[in-house]
Amino acid sequence: MEYISQIAFLLVLAVASYFLAQRIGSIKKNINLGKDVDRSDNKGQRWKNTMLIAFGQKKMFKKFIPAILHLMIYVGFLVINLEVLEFIIDGIAGTHRIFAPVLGDAYSVAINIFEFLAVAVLVSCVAFLWRRNVVPVKRLKTLSGWPKLDGNLILVIEVILMFAILTMNATDQLLQGKDDHYVQTGSFFFSSFLMPLFEGMSVDALVFTERFAWWFHIIGILAFAVYVTYSKHLHIFMAFPNTYFARITPQGQMNNMDEVTTEVKSMLGMDAGNPPAEVARLGAKDANDLTWVNLMNSYACTECGRCTAECPANLTGKKLSPRKIMMDTRDRITEIGENIKAGKEAEEGSALFSEDYISAEELNACTSCNACVEACPININPLDIILQGRRYMAMEESSSPQSWNAMFQNVETSFAPWKFPPTDRFKWADKLKEEEK
Amino acid sequence: MSDSTYKVPTMQEMSAKGEAPEVLFWVGCAGSFDDRYKAVTIAFTKILNKVGINFAVLGPEESCTGDPARRAGNEFLFQMQAMSNIQVLDGYNIKKIVTACPHCFNTIKNEYPELGGNYDVVHHSQFLQGLINEGKVTLKDGGEFKGRKITFHDSCYLGRANGVYEAPRDVIKALDAELVEMKRCKTKGLCCGAGGAQMFKDAEKGNKEINIERTEEALDTGAEVIAAGCPFCMTMMTDGVKNKEREHNVKVFDLAELIAKNEGL
Ligand code: HEM
Ligand code: SF4
Ligand code: SF4
Repeated sequence: MEYISQIAFLLVLAVASYFLAQRIGSIKKNINLGKDVDRSDNKGQRWKNTMLIAFGQKKMFKKFIPAILHLMIYVGFLVINLEVLEFIIDGIAGTHRIFAPVLGDAYSVAINIFEFLAVAVLVSCVAFLWRRNVVPVKRLKTLSGWPKLDGNLILVIEVILMFAILTMNATDQLLQGKDDHYVQTGSFFFSSFLMPLFEGMSVDALVFTERFAWWFHIIGILAFAVYVTYSKHLHIFMAFPNTYFARITPQGQMNNMDEVTTEVKSMLGMDAGNPPAEVARLGAKDANDLTWVNLMNSYACTECGRCTAECPANLTGKKLSPRKIMMDTRDRITEIGENIKAGKEAEEGSALFSEDYISAEELNACTSCNACVEACPININPLDIILQGRRYMAMEESSSPQSWNAMFQNVETSFAPWKFPPTDRFKWADKLKEEEK
Repeated sequence: MSDSTYKVPTMQEMSAKGEAPEVLFWVGCAGSFDDRYKAVTIAFTKILNKVGINFAVLGPEESCTGDPARRAGNEFLFQMQAMSNIQVLDGYNIKKIVTACPHCFNTIKNEYPELGGNYDVVHHSQFLQGLINEGKVTLKDGGEFKGRKITFHDSCYLGRANGVYEAPRDVIKALDAELVEMKRCKTKGLCCGAGGAQMFKDAEKGNKEINIERTEEALDTGAEVIAAGCPFCMTMMTDGVKNKEREHNVKVFDLAELIAKNEGL
């Protein structure tokens, strides 16, 4: 009987780890469905970006209020997780607050810091709920359905988890001295405010409440970890690799299509080197035609809508929304992953660039202004996806807008996007001479 | 021709004489064909002459960089253009290029290297900034723009795309003008609506044209002059000002035009 809670704990841990590993495995697989692109260069610059933009939250601070609220949740998460380490050791070893005797006074200092952060997280989550629902911030208000629910659920779950910690600490303090199992820790400032709620309880009821809160918190955290993998909240992990692997070339530079270079060179009679194996598709028709970095981006997106709020096309009522580009990419690559798992044809269902996900109307509306890229706090690049879609339209489908086809024709025959005779190109100099007369 | 004050030597003429220019002025399609932007080409040419820069143009040998084709998805056409331009540039052994078009600037600077074309490329705002810093362009005090309100519209391909924010502003400050910023400027600058090959087609369905939104922002600053550094921005902002019926008291000028006017060129 003595070991029953330890066995139960190990079981819970094993089940959670199993599901988590499954989820991580399938997301990894989905990301690897993307085309290869080399991001092993410039390690120094990449680390710097990760440190500044992910760890340092640099781009978040373009908007001060959400940045501060987020910083509290972020630091709270990182620090409070140290306490989860103690939870896990206690759970396995059947001990209680194993670090308390080891750390002595430092333990109570640490727990007081954790409690302060728990309260800060609580306050921030409530403020975020407020911003989402009461005085809605426009970029958050435009979400509906699952993404909206997801955004609220995360915040509510965090509020509940923080309450569980505080309840646990409050009842624990009341039990110290009444039950030998509960080691002396010194007092905890914030949870002391909750103590009057439980003061009248019997020792048994207190133990029950304390244990319930303990189990609730740890199971909550483990369940949340699995939930996160289905949610935009995956950014809490993905933000780090995402900033590391993000593009570091100038924003205006479009990547070169080497398969096209080979062909153009041989058309021009230049030495083209070895022709590439087989060129699958030019540009992208579906999510698995994109690069793994594009797909990783889609799993890292927080759906915050800062990109869409800056998009000139979206601001003027066009259908294009860079946030939707990211969300559609994630939904479609997940669908492709599931097709494969179910033994179906990978590309069954609607392709990413089709009316059901990203339509031609959306692709064509982009001015390639890079405002979305600049705005994204975790260096996601929606523009890169848009441009690959356009390449497919232009080169495989010839379905570009008519005026663009005319422009292509002009460039080809008149060497300018407008239909002027190339011999007129230098006429401006005559005008200069005329002016002088 | 020899008595003309302003000379526009072509590379062909120069190399026939066995000479090499210090810098090639890449005029671009808009600078060559667009009536409004030809004036900018001329203004910049006058400045180059006045300062005595040893420059040349490609003249009829110039060709579209391929930028609009690439942004619209036609990578083949882009690369064909790029390769043949690189052949011409390398044929003349060009090392340094200045252009008044941010799209040409971005393409030649960032995208030609992968196809074998490596040049030192500057935008004319950076070139003008250099001339001002070196004291080659000294603006007489009490110039035409002294104390007047000027706002600068960041072109996406100069600003966000390449991080050039200060050069154009330094040029405006050198005029002794009052530089006023729009609500969205620098990294947050709002596109004029023409980038990404939008210049060459109608906008998709929406509730407003992007250039109107941007022009309203520019007008909100109370500036008399909207300064630009890009042919497409120039068109979009000029159309915007016309649409708002403000062309009588708000002018859209390129940076080179501002300097040339101030110099009485
Ligand atoms: C590692 C622990 C992290 C935790 C616990 C965390 C937590 C949260 C929470 C709770 C939200 C929801 C806010 C809302 O409802 O609006 C959120 C949003 C967000 N997080 Fe994180 N986050 C973490 C890491 C990061 C990192 C490293 C970044 C990178 C900069 C980041 C960027 C964002 C962004 C951009 C949003 C959207 C915020 C907005 O709408 O203004 N997060 N995060
Ligand atoms: S690059 Fe395209 S999608 Fe991104 S903000 Fe500009 S117009 Fe919108
Ligand atoms: S792409 Fe970046 S800015 Fe846009 S919603 Fe996702 S996280 Fe936010």
